[in-house]
Parts: sequence; C-alpha cells; structure tokens
Amino acid sequence: MSTELGHLALALALLSGLCLAVFPALGVWRNDRRLMDMATPAAYWQLLLVALAFACLIENFVTHQFSNQLVANHSNRDLPLNYRVAASWGSHEGSMLLWILMLAGWTAAVAALSGNLPQGLRARVLSVLGAISIGFYLFALLTSNPFERAVPAPLNGRDLNPLLQDPGMVFHPPLLYMGYVGFAVAFAFAIAGLLEGRFDSAWARWVRPWTIVAWAFLSLGIGLGSFWAYYELGWGGWWFWDPVENASFMPWLTGTALIHSLAVTEKRGNFRSWTVLLAIMAFSLSLLGTFLVRSGVLTSVHAFATDPTRGVFILIFLCLVIGGSLSLYAARAHAVHAGLAYGLMSRESMLLANNILMVVAMLAVLLGTLYPLVLDSLGQGRISVGPPYFDAVFVPLMLPALLLMAVGPLARWRQTPVPALAHRMRWAFAASVTTGVLLPLTAPSDYKPATALGLIMALWVASGVVMAGLENMKSPSGPLDPLRLRLQPGAWWGMQLAHLGVAAFVAGVTLVSSYEVELERKLAPGEVLQVDRDLALRFAEARLIRGPNYDGVQVRFEILRAGEVVGELSPEKRRYAASRQVMTEAAIRRSLGGDLYVALGEAVGDAWAVRVQKKPAVNWIWIGVVMMGLGGFWAAADARYRRRVGAAAAVPSGSAEPLR
Amino acid sequence: MSDKPVPNPLAPVALNEAQTERLRRLYGEIRCLVCQNQSLADSAADLAVDLRHEVQLQIAQGSSDTQIKRWLVDRYGDFVLYRPPLQPSTALLWVGPFAALGAGALIWTIVQRRRKRAEAEVPGIGRGTAPSPSTGAPSPALASQANRLERARQLLSHPD
Amino acid sequence: MSRWIRASIPLAVFLLIAWFLLQGLHRNPREIPSPLIDRPAPLAALERLQNLEHHLASASQAVATASLQGSGLAPTGVAASPSVSDGIGTSAPSSSSPAALYAGKVWMLNVWGSWCSGCQLEHPLLNALAAERLLPIVGLAWKDSPAQARQWLDRLGNPYSLVLMDLDGKAAIDWGVYGAPETFVIDARGMVRFKHVGPLSDEVVRGQLRPLLARLGAS
Repeated sequence: MSTELGHLALALALLSGLCLAVFPALGVWRNDRRLMDMATPAAYWQLLLVALAFACLIENFVTHQFSNQLVANHSNRDLPLNYRVAASWGSHEGSMLLWILMLAGWTAAVAALSGNLPQGLRARVLSVLGAISIGFYLFALLTSNPFERAVPAPLNGRDLNPLLQDPGMVFHPPLLYMGYVGFAVAFAFAIAGLLEGRFDSAWARWVRPWTIVAWAFLSLGIGLGSFWAYYELGWGGWWFWDPVENASFMPWLTGTALIHSLAVTEKRGNFRSWTVLLAIMAFSLSLLGTFLVRSGVLTSVHAFATDPTRGVFILIFLCLVIGGSLSLYAARAHAVHAGLAYGLMSRESMLLANNILMVVAMLAVLLGTLYPLVLDSLGQGRISVGPPYFDAVFVPLMLPALLLMAVGPLARWRQTPVPALAHRMRWAFAASVTTGVLLPLTAPSDYKPATALGLIMALWVASGVVMAGLENMKSPSGPLDPLRLRLQPGAWWGMQLAHLGVAAFVAGVTLVSSYEVELERKLAPGEVLQVDRDLALRFAEARLIRGPNYDGVQVRFEILRAGEVVGELSPEKRRYAASRQVMTEAAIRRSLGGDLYVALGEAVGDAWAVRVQKKPAVNWIWIGVVMMGLGGFWAAADARYRRRVGAAAAVPSGSAEPLR
Repeated sequence: MSDKPVPNPLAPVALNEAQTERLRRLYGEIRCLVCQNQSLADSAADLAVDLRHEVQLQIAQGSSDTQIKRWLVDRYGDFVLYRPPLQPSTALLWVGPFAALGAGALIWTIVQRRRKRAEAEVPGIGRGTAPSPSTGAPSPALASQANRLERARQLLSHPD
Repeated sequence: MSRWIRASIPLAVFLLIAWFLLQGLHRNPREIPSPLIDRPAPLAALERLQNLEHHLASASQAVATASLQGSGLAPTGVAASPSVSDGIGTSAPSSSSPAALYAGKVWMLNVWGSWCSGCQLEHPLLNALAAERLLPIVGLAWKDSPAQARQWLDRLGNPYSLVLMDLDGKAAIDWGVYGAPETFVIDARGMVRFKHVGPLSDEVVRGQLRPLLARLGAS
C-alpha cells in the first residue's frame, strides 16, 4: 500500500515540478505577478510530495516490504535498522530519489529565502530549478522506479552489499548529494541572469552563500568517502583516482574556482561572464558525474549496476541541460560588461590565476578519466589511466595554486605592489623553506626532496594564514591587538579556516606518502611481528564471532611498544549470510600522529596472513577537509548575506550592467 | 560448483627489503584485469594472486621494472598498466594538462594586458581609493560611472 | 578572437565529450583486446591430462582415459593411443606443446575449468563443433584438479583432441587469459588469429568463427 502511495506521490511531485517550471516562466513572459508568485506554493508542494515518497520508501525498507523490488534486492530480515534506512539510498533507484529529494529541498529553501529578490529573477530561478527536477522525475518514473513491485514477493531479501553496511553509508551519499544538487542553485541563477539579460550586483551577493554551502557539503562528502574507503576497503589507501571519485572531484574543483570568482564578482563586479560559465560548469559536471556512475561507460568499484537505456536517457538529459545552457551562454555572454579595472598584480589577478589553475586541474582530471573511452571509440586500443598518471599530472598543477593561497588574501584589491608584498612575506617564506627542508632530516628513513617540497607548501599556506591574522591585529597606534580580530567578518574567518585546512591536508598527504610503512607476514598464534624499531604486534588469540547478519573470525593482536602492551587491535574476517560475501574488517588504532592499520588476509591452518601498515599523520588529511567544510559554512553564515539585499538596491542604477 | 578456481598454493618467493619496496611500488602500477578497477596490490582475485606471484618471481630473478612491465604488456596489452604508455596515441593525454596550463598562463597574461591598457586609457579608474579628477581625456560617461561605482563600493564597504 | 567564438568554445567541448560518451554506451569497458592477435602462439609445453592420473589407474580409469584420447582428431606429432589403454601411458609424452604439435594445421584452444559455470554453457557448442570435425580443439584446464576435470568431461562430453592441464596458472598468463572460458584460433603458421572471451555463442560461431576458418582454409 505504501509502495503505491510512494509511487503516486512521486508522480504528483512531477506535476508540481511542471507547475513550478511552467507558471513562473509564463508569468515572466506575460509580466503577470500572480503567475510568478505561483512558484512558491509549487516549490513547497513539490518538497512535501517528494518527502512523502521518500518516507514511503524508507518505510518499505524498515518494515521489510519485500514486495517492493528494491527492498527485495537490497535488504534483508537480519539487516540492522540503521542500515535498512541507509539501504533506501544504497541502490541506483533509491539514490536517484535521494537526488530528487535534495533538489526539492534546495528549491524550497530558495523559494523561502528569496523574498527580497527582484520578482523576475526569482521567478526565473525557481522555474529553472523546476525544469531540472522534471528531467529527474521522468528519469526515475520511466527507467528507475524505486516503487516497482516484486511478483511474487520473496520471503527474504538479497541483503545490502556488505561493503555498504557501515556508518559511512548513512552520511556519505546525503552529504555528497547536498553538494552536487546545491550547485544547481548557482546554475539556476546563472541561467536566470542570462535569460534576464542582467547581472545585478545583488546577483553575486545572493548566489555566493548558497554556492559556498554547496561546496562545503561536497567537500565533507568527498572527505567522508575517502575516510570510509580507507578503513573499509582494507588496503589503506585513501584516494584512487577512480572514475567515480573523479566524478565528484571535478565539480569540487570547479566549485572552488566558482566561490573564488564570486568573491571578485560580488566585490568588484569583475569576472561576471566567467563566474556565470563556472556556475554552469559546476552543475554540468555534477550531472556528468551522475552519468558516469550509472551508465556503465566506465569501470569502477563504486559504479551502480548498469543499464544502457538509463545511460541513453541521462545522456539526452545531459545534452538538453548542458547543451542548452552553454548555447545560451554562447548567445548571451558576449555582451556582459566587465567591472572595475584592476592592476597587473592585485587580488583580482591572483584570483584569476586561482580560477585558471582550478579549471586546468579539472580539465586534467576530465582528460584522464575519459581518455580510455576516447581511445577505444577511435579504435586505438584499450589503455588504463590510473593513479600514476593522475599523481604525476595533478601535483605539479597544484603547486602554483598553493603558492598563491598564502599570498592572495594578503594582496589588496585593484592594486598591490609586489615588492611590498614580498617584503611582508619574507619571514614566512624563510621559515617555511627552512623548516620544510630541515624537518625530514629528523626522520629515520631516506630523505626525499618531494617530502621537503610538500612540507614547504603546507607551511607556506599556514604561514599565510598566520600573516593574515597578524596584519589584522595591527591597531592604528602600532602594537598588535588580538581582539581586533573580532572585527573581521565571518567570511574572513571562514577563509582562514579553510585555507588552514588545505595546509593540514597537504601536510597529511606529504607525511603519509613519504613515511608510510607496509608489511605482510604470516603470523601464527603467539608470534610477534616487528613493525619498526620499537613497535611490534603479537598474535594473541583468534576466536569465532557472530553478528546480526554475519559470522566470522576475529584475531586479537596486542600492540607492543618496547616490549610493553600498550593496546590491542582486532581485525575481522566476516562472511555475510545472505550474500555469502566475505569481507575484511580492518582494525585501526588512530591518533593525531598517525594510524596503525591491521587487516587479515588468508588463513593458512592456524596462522593468518596479516597486512600491517603504519600511516603517519594520515588523519590530518580528513581533519584538513573538515576544516575546509567548516570554513565554508562559517563564511556562508556571514551576517552580510543575511542583511536585506534591499540596501544594495539603493546603489545608483549605473552599477547594474544591462546586457543590451 | 562455484566460479572459483581450485587454489593451488604457490611457493612463497623470498625477497629482500629493497626488492619488497620495489614490489609494492610495482603492484600499484599494475591493474587487476578481472576486478572493477583495482590494482594488483589490493585485489583478492585469483588471477591477481597468480600475477603477484609471477611478479615476485621475476623480481627475484633480477628483471628490471621495465622488463616486468613489458612482459605483462606482451600478454595483456597496455590495459594492464595504470601508467599510460608514452606513444603517439597518448601524446594528448600526457601533454594536454601542461599545454592547458600554458594556455592558461597565456590567457592570464592577455587578460592582464587588456586591463593594463584599459587602466592606461582611463587614469581616473584603478588608482588610489578616491576618484581623482580626470586629467586625461576619459569620456564623461566613463568617469561618472567610475564615480558611481566608487560610491557603491563605499556604501557596501566592509573592513576587507 | 571574436567574443562569439570564445563563448562557443565550452559548447563545442561539451558536444565533443557527448559524442564520445555516446560511443561509450555501445562498448563494454571490461573487454580487453588481446595483444596476441597476429603474433605467434605461446610455445610452452604443458602436462597432458592422462599422465597426471597414473596413480589413480584402475579399470574404469583406463576406459575413461581411452575415451579421452579416442575422441576428436589425433594430434600429428604424437603416436596414437595404444600405449594409453593401460591407463599409465608410459610411451605417450607427459607434456606437449600444442603449438608444436599442431604446426601446419589450423587449431583451436579453449580455456576452461570444471569450476567455471560459463564453460558449462558453451560446452554443447564445442561438442557440436568437435563432431563436425572442423578443426582440432585443444582444451586447457585452467587451475583445475585432474580428477575434477576428468569427471566434468565424463559428464558433459569431451570435444577435445588433447587436454592439457595448467595447474599453477602460468600457461594461462602466457596466453593472456583473464576470465574463463576463452577461445583462441591459431592458424597453420602458428599465429594467433582470433580470441573470444566468454562463452561461445551461435552468433559468434556463425558470424566470426566460420568465416575466419573459411579464410584460413581449415581442413
């Protein structure tokens, strides 16, 4: 019963999406205020209906409605409750419904908070958001219905993929989709602006916090995905440049360029057409990611089960949305006027450089991801493009960006004399280089120049943050006053936190790559494995374990430091009953200084093949990403954005740049 | 009857520390052909077990990395390596990102030059914080626009 | 550059990408083309099935062994079966290189295993092909136990004129095998001319195999 209800709700949501797309657009065309106002109720009804549909789906999972095909395929009587809920988005169909829910949520939020926007702009934005939803509704209802009936209904389901039975599954997709879908808001604003033919100073001010929030969610989503893969997959890696990972990284890179470009557009009026293009690109890459993950075009551990019909549908949708928006851009962007002038060396020019670097990096990732497909289509054989390529290409591209990160925030708008800037940064430069070069000497292993370089960059970025802090502590009379920092707006604090997060991230990556240690040994009960000089593992005991829907073996290892037991680690090997899949659960001892990571291989009699890894500073990677996300939220919460945009309307009309 | 081949335990190969280091690096560069995008290091597939053993044997016998990779490519094609080969068909792949970087640098310079020219033509804009009386011959429209923009900036100003 | 052209670059790039994505929808990214095509077949010698079972020799085994050797076309380089009927096969060589054995003939190599469900699917087709006596089919039992291989062939029929065992997987790697079943066609000069991954089907046999064999002039 609830299955049919969910199906009906989804169909009705399509209707409300249609209303949302059509009536406000009509209203704009006919200059009919009432029609334009219909956007608000349409958006709210849409959210209500989609939420109802999703609630029905969750209810189906929670109450074991195996007559629902999706539940039969992805759930099981023994599956714990939290994973039953998460299983609702653990499949292609379910995750599409989650997309739709997020889109409806963002649309309703825009409808609720845009009261102070000019009517025409508001109507257009909501109409575009409605149009996008229609595509997703049609896709879901026609090719990926989460409410299909299984006839006859099985007594028990096939179980959720054991890899997904993890807290990561509860948070990772929602966070990620909040990011992907959030970029639709900036996209809608870009399209609305192009259609309207004007980009008010209010436009950038309005778009900016929404985009930053979307970016922050995406950062957290990607970070969580990396963290999850690290402990779940059992090989200790945290990024594999897998096509699906790249599919999330490309919108992130473009989003980073976008939030920086918006800074310039908001404050100086520059880079307008560039910002519009970035907004279109960010969401387009989100959509492209959706295609890559669900069409079977690329091979990936993360890919959903594929179906060429779905692929064709998404491709058509892609062509309509991206092709349409880029055509509109080609037609309308040429007349967007530039803003205030700026000098050769200024914050604007540095932000422009940042944008270019981010986009080049995105293009590099896109090229690497699609190249095997390109070569194969041209009949040039099959190649693989994996981590060796991406690492070789991406790292050099990021170095200039990291260099700029410390300097950009210190540069002045419009004009910043380079010698003065260099002078201000001299101590930071000296400190970064010396520390970075000397620090690796303290490590027991070989000296690698790459380590020094990575550390220098991390320290450089961090010292940029410190410099920014110090400079803003300077009181007019001279001495440093830390309390002066309270004058700084949320946007400033957010920026510093995010940049500091980048520094932590780079430090973590550098230290882990340079100093990680990996050992593989066969250990019998009682044997000791010497990991390094003073760290050892002793095989204490193996015992059988049983979980709610699995059984297996757990091996307890004692951690010995200089002979003393300082802790224990208990990796497991589980066999899930329903799918009969065997899973390795690694055991990790985490600390700020690093992780000790133990995973079981195959059993040979009484003994077990064990893989032990020591990963120094690996947690800084994710701490850095969390800092970036928090920095983003902090910046978006800046009081400036919550001040009524009506104040900006007082600005003389000459500041609005009409296209014609 | 499952799809899993009958395991035939292969004799472990003894390697010294330097060789083990090389082995680990090499594993990361070789693709498991039956998996969904995993390297030889991470895969549990039986073919991967066999290939790992083969690589270990070859390292123990003194083959170089290049020889081992060549050996694998002869049997499985370029697909088996995660580092794409340097050949005419992959020229665009390897050169592309750096060419894009160069193009980006070029674009940056061009945009900057345009700015500089605009700045030079209209001295009132782009220098100092207060609009200066026009000394050159900027069009009145531009100058008044500059003034309006300055006032706008001050209205919207904040410490940053 | 005119602003129109510049503004149209993103659209042009997208259309190019979309075209490639469309091509990708028609392709299977898991299929790997073989670098062995138009190159010499691996020459390594492999254990023949009957010799590995001598310690299990019994009357029934002898009958089974004889039936294995008796079906299909005899390899050219080896004496016929009399020595095999006692189940020990002391005079037949314990290992053979199929490429050497079948030099001058067009032949087929089929990689299979008793553990492989796809192999079961295609086996009737192979039996039919063998009955047609189109070309000799050599079976390569990949990572299989001799007893189970024998049992499987007993149950499903033996289309192979020669069964070789690859116990440690090395031979399969030499042939670039990554997923059973796989089928190769080798021409009279010992060059690999065709490889098919996955169970053989009627379409493959009709559409690719037969025309190829006609071209190669299989006897």
